[in-house]
Amino acid sequence: MKQKFVKKSILPGFSLSLGFTVFYLSLFVLIPLSMIFLRTSSLSFKEFLDVIMAERTLAAYRLSFGTAFASACINAVFGLIVAWVLVRYSFPGKRIVDAMVDFPLALPTAVAGIALTELYVPNGLLGKFLQAWGIKGAFTPFGITIALTFIGLPFVVRTLQPVLEDVDPQIEEAAASLGANRWQTVTMVIFPVIIPALLTGVTLAFARAIGEYGSVIFIAGNMPMKTEIAPLLIMTKLEQYDYTGATAIAVGMLLISFILLGAANFFQWLTSRNLGRT
Amino acid sequence: MQVRTEPRIVRYVLITIALVFFGLFLVLPLVCVFQNALSKGWVVYFDALRHPDALAAMKMTMITALIVVPCNLIFGVAAAWAVSKFDFKGKNLLLSFIDLPLSVSPVIAGLIFILLFGAQGVLGPWLIAHNIRIVFAWPGIILATIFVTVPMVARELIPIMKSQGTEEEEAALTLGASGWKTFWMVSIPNIRWGILYGVILCNARAMGEFGAVSVVSGHIRGLTNTMPLHVEILYNEYQSAAAFAVASILAMLAIVTLIAKSIVEANIRQGQK
Amino acid sequence: MSIEVRNIHKKFGEFQALVDLSLKIETGELLALLGPSGCGKTTLLRIVAGLDFADQGQVFFGDQDAQNQKASERGVGFVFQHYALFRHMTVFDNIAFGMNVQPKKVRPSREEIRKKVMELLKLVQLEWLANRYPWQLSGGQRQRIALARALAVRPRVLLLDEPFGSLDAQVRKELRLWLRRFHDESHITTLFVTHDQEEALEVADRIVVMNQGRIEQMGTPEDVYHNPVNAFVLNFLGNVNFFHCRLVEGKAIIGDTVLDVPGLSVDKPHPAKLYVRPNQFKLSRYAGKGTALKATVEYVNPAGTVVKVNLKTETGELIHAEISQEEYKHLKIVKTEQVFVSLKDVTYSEHLKNNP
Repeated sequence: MKQKFVKKSILPGFSLSLGFTVFYLSLFVLIPLSMIFLRTSSLSFKEFLDVIMAERTLAAYRLSFGTAFASACINAVFGLIVAWVLVRYSFPGKRIVDAMVDFPLALPTAVAGIALTELYVPNGLLGKFLQAWGIKGAFTPFGITIALTFIGLPFVVRTLQPVLEDVDPQIEEAAASLGANRWQTVTMVIFPVIIPALLTGVTLAFARAIGEYGSVIFIAGNMPMKTEIAPLLIMTKLEQYDYTGATAIAVGMLLISFILLGAANFFQWLTSRNLGRT
Repeated sequence: MQVRTEPRIVRYVLITIALVFFGLFLVLPLVCVFQNALSKGWVVYFDALRHPDALAAMKMTMITALIVVPCNLIFGVAAAWAVSKFDFKGKNLLLSFIDLPLSVSPVIAGLIFILLFGAQGVLGPWLIAHNIRIVFAWPGIILATIFVTVPMVARELIPIMKSQGTEEEEAALTLGASGWKTFWMVSIPNIRWGILYGVILCNARAMGEFGAVSVVSGHIRGLTNTMPLHVEILYNEYQSAAAFAVASILAMLAIVTLIAKSIVEANIRQGQK
Repeated sequence: MSIEVRNIHKKFGEFQALVDLSLKIETGELLALLGPSGCGKTTLLRIVAGLDFADQGQVFFGDQDAQNQKASERGVGFVFQHYALFRHMTVFDNIAFGMNVQPKKVRPSREEIRKKVMELLKLVQLEWLANRYPWQLSGGQRQRIALARALAVRPRVLLLDEPFGSLDAQVRKELRLWLRRFHDESHITTLFVTHDQEEALEVADRIVVMNQGRIEQMGTPEDVYHNPVNAFVLNFLGNVNFFHCRLVEGKAIIGDTVLDVPGLSVDKPHPAKLYVRPNQFKLSRYAGKGTALKATVEYVNPAGTVVKVNLKTETGELIHAEISQEEYKHLKIVKTEQVFVSLKDVTYSEHLKNNP
């Protein structure tokens, strides 16, 4: 039997709402975004590789992915602790802490960028401490990692929180009644359920960190080959009117982002399976 | 309860770690903004805010938000209506397209509009011939901001509408209401908190967007500067106190956003009872 | 207003929800659509309401074809399984909704609407809840408000989808009786869907038993209970035991035992399946006249209006029987004792073609 495009419904407005959605999305998102691929297709593969494999580009990619990965790992640990504490324990000021988790998303990135820089410059509040230990804060990959950790935190905490809340209390009680101690219950019963959610959150934080610009450029120092992140390199190429170079670098970043997005969706699917939802 | 928690010492250690991390990464930057803003006293602070360039940037930011948020609101409601009330082919594809801008770096979001409307861009020659400026002018800022914030309202509405199903609309129709009346009297009131929530988030992002806007703005003082761009310029000119003064306004906006958000969240939770 | 559906077909993808289904509900009738979940009963109800669309077939209200009538024009009162009360409106506004959305020309005045709403609240005995919101009400209260809301538009027919499905047993019983009384007074044509046989038997004038998109049997509650036309209906309406046997001249031969079967006339001997309700067994301590099945008592539960007895015959078949408290007092059977089982009646016998 021929399948119809839409299941007939008595609710009104399907063609209007879908039509508008597709129109708006095409106009403001899909057509502009397709420019990237249109532009790239005018390049030969060798030209593309020349841009992508240039030493400066590779250094920028390495720096972007490296610091993004490091910050994702930091958030995996501390994000888990923050989410756990917020869901499981009660302490004074918990509601404020809970609301503040979204602060990095609400604060314009440029503001975050200059504030973090001011904190981590050698004579800044935290920079002074680091200086005493012989660590340079701002204008190093370490500084970039700090900015990306700030940006990524809400992704990890907000993906974990609902899942932690949904873990059936009875499975913990069952584990305890079967003789497991608390550590065994947590590691053998709870963690397996929440780990896909943790991976989802970490992947989202990682993807966001790779493309992040505003909060990083102030603290990064922006030295080519050393502290120049990939989005900044795109910016530099644009300022030199090298549109093709900028586009090629963008394509590389986009592909990675889409792969990460696919991974995040897969982990999300695992989570809902683990929680017994369909 | 005993079974489901850790020994007291473990609890305290974890809470302490969480709070220290929280303080270092979230509270200190916020404090730093206000501390630096007032480092040269109130006079410098207010002078920075009263400066014509600062006022122009605020105006530009407001105008951007006033255009972008309603556009994305209408889009969000339409998209959520189509996706959550009907079954059609290609729905999942549409959903991932809606989320697409979230996984695109802000710099790339700006870049695509340069490629489309810039002098070397696809439509560039035609625009120049007709003397229309899109990039390095306010229309570019608005387009880039729309791109970045497209999913913000839709993302909040879709799960809410989905969980509400279609029974209430069906009930309204059997009671004799027309489709239009059903939409305004039943569907919209049911998602009013979700709409507010989406608008708050969309507004915060629209006002604060930096990367995408930075690429397309051209940084023309008093003309195409938004507040975040103004902050950057001041900071790069070593006018730290002035930069932080403008930044403090944006930080306050973030705090207001968070407060509004938690109030609305509480209401959404109650509505789901 | 009578309702008639003719030759309705409906598919969901590959799943046949309704197969060539025809049915007529007479004016003023209270009819139950009874069947297991997935049998198509809710789909049929939604098609009648205009909430869903048949692939083929017609729906008539009176003698008017409803094909071109939208749900909002059909004048049906539909009560949803999960009530579907408007969550952002008070109880009062919920009930008034149907009147408020009428075109200005025919809309009653505010005062008239208020009077009508209070009248309906009184009918469902919930006047004091007018200013509450749905989430502040109990399930039974929500259900009654949903009914009042549906009645506010003076529907020509009332359609109820599993109206008591998600309520506690006690509330369900109360509302059932209330609905029956309401119907006796209003005589509004009512079609309701349920999977609860007890509910259908107790409330409806007529029952339509459905299975896999088809009608298995239509009739009064008495009729479908006592004269089921097939094994499905029999199984669905109450518990039943069955035996493979051979029928010869009004007797059933089960293994080596020949049992009297009252009310069964057979001309030719043939193999059959015999269906017996739990209350159609007679238990005794001695083999009386005629023969009886020898069985061992495996379980006795005297807590309840009837006494439940599980038995195992010599040939290993299990029997679930119910006897009255009087019989139980008289018999005084306990576990592991041996008793004789004979038949008072049989509900249904199915002819089998070949020798078992």
